[in-house]
Amino acid sequence: MELKAKMESKHLNFYYGNKMALKDISIVAPANKVTALIGPSGCGKSTFIRTLNRMNDIIAGTKVEGEILLDGVNINSPKMDVVELRTQVGMVFQKPNPFPKSIFDNIAYGLRIAGMKDRKKIAEIVEKSLKKAALWDEVKDRLHENAFALSGGQQQRLCIGRSLAVDPEVMLFDEPCSAIDPIATAKIEDLIQKMRENYTVVIVTHNMQQAARVSDYTAFLMLGELIEYGETTKIFTNPKNKLTEDYITGRFG
Amino acid sequence: MKTIIRRKLKESAIRIFFFTNGILAIIILVGIFFFLLYTAIPAFREINIGEFFTSKVWNPTSPVKEEHGIVSMIMSTCMVTLGALAVAIPLGIGVAAYLSDVAHWKVREIVKPIVEILAGIPSVVIGFLGIVLFGPFIAKLTGQSHGLNAINGSILLAIMALPTIISISEDSLNAVPRAYSEASLALGASRWQTLMRVKIPAALSGIIAAIMLGMGRAIGETMTVLMATGNAPAFPKGFLSSIRTMTATIAIELGEVPYYTTHYYALFAIALVLFIITFIVNLISDLILRKYQEREL
Repeated sequence: MELKAKMESKHLNFYYGNKMALKDISIVAPANKVTALIGPSGCGKSTFIRTLNRMNDIIAGTKVEGEILLDGVNINSPKMDVVELRTQVGMVFQKPNPFPKSIFDNIAYGLRIAGMKDRKKIAEIVEKSLKKAALWDEVKDRLHENAFALSGGQQQRLCIGRSLAVDPEVMLFDEPCSAIDPIATAKIEDLIQKMRENYTVVIVTHNMQQAARVSDYTAFLMLGELIEYGETTKIFTNPKNKLTEDYITGRFG
Repeated sequence: MKTIIRRKLKESAIRIFFFTNGILAIIILVGIFFFLLYTAIPAFREINIGEFFTSKVWNPTSPVKEEHGIVSMIMSTCMVTLGALAVAIPLGIGVAAYLSDVAHWKVREIVKPIVEILAGIPSVVIGFLGIVLFGPFIAKLTGQSHGLNAINGSILLAIMALPTIISISEDSLNAVPRAYSEASLALGASRWQTLMRVKIPAALSGIIAAIMLGMGRAIGETMTVLMATGNAPAFPKGFLSSIRTMTATIAIELGEVPYYTTHYYALFAIALVLFIITFIVNLISDLILRKYQEREL
């Protein structure tokens, strides 16, 4: 595969205390492509995606071995500023998690913590981000209502818009549709499809159809190990590994 | 048929039992209020109510001219309470934030119970500390003859209010869903920004409740301020002057006052005013709490 890697893990091991959660994972997330991580529960796919923006730092007793590269730079090196990293690598979580603030303030949060003061500019970016998240038309008349008044699907798109507002290069999705109904899911998948024009996307999903629909590349993980990685079409039509075949045909998992 | 009737009787008996328990708290509260009111009103047969609330002089045993003004005491109580809060709020929230966000969990497991034990120290002991420890220290620092004054009382009351403020604030900071802080961190916020802009606002109702409970303790505290603030029933000139709070006045004088005299009734009038002040403080905190809880939903 000749791909320009935006993000890449090389021989990544990950531990929760003494428990090894990821074993020797090497995955490439190519620029402007969607890479999906699939696998049964507890296979380490969420753990993996959380290493990409160092979200696991906040859990005590975790340890990373091996390398994770963003544009060729090791994100775990002491020189890397984790705040900088997280503005470049945005994340959307499993359950929609808007702040208990207004819709406007949710989107503006990332801008304000970065020190932006210009109200006009903030308002501009809020509008742009909500449009990118395909939420603008639904909320433009009630920007100052509490974000909790939105439906689950809308909240998740708000969270997507909130991440996009700080202008990341990579977007991580950790099972973004697991708490959302099918129609809202379709909207979010649509968004992810379009995002590859401007972003590199990594998505964790337990829904194989979703991986097949939205991704260009798929990695199949099991019990902390990478079983197979390749183009999505190949993984789903012609898997090399017996385990992958069993999983995607629904024999287990 | 008989069993149904018996079951219904049992049900209603249980209901009455719990209803009585519930209503008891209200009865006690209202009872105290009316008792105070009943014992306080006779005071105003001889004292001018306007004078009571505006005069700075409290001298009910003067052979020349008895005076019953409580302004100095109210001022004293307000001073030590606000002084205590000025110390205890930033310190308390700081410690709570440290325990919930910075400290290793092992440290928290040790420190938090210790902080809670602090709440159990008798007020006499705290007052004793004020006399032998803080008093001389303050005197030295400010060059005064003694350190029994408002600032001493403030510090001691802050110490007494701290455990409540720390413990409840820490609980409410911990109760903030992890999803909020994760969302904030993932957007490139530092831990400090996450604490200030997401966690503390989300925990604000709990923190306000903690502060109000601490304040309630400070307003009503008697023994500590009685021991450590010098008990000068004059209008306080500043935080370095000796003061006498409403609670201290009641405690000092009620033991020696001849019963059913104007002086006796006046002390109950002070208690009534104190009761009303605490009631208002609680009411306001309740309203603030409710407002924030609505906003969170």
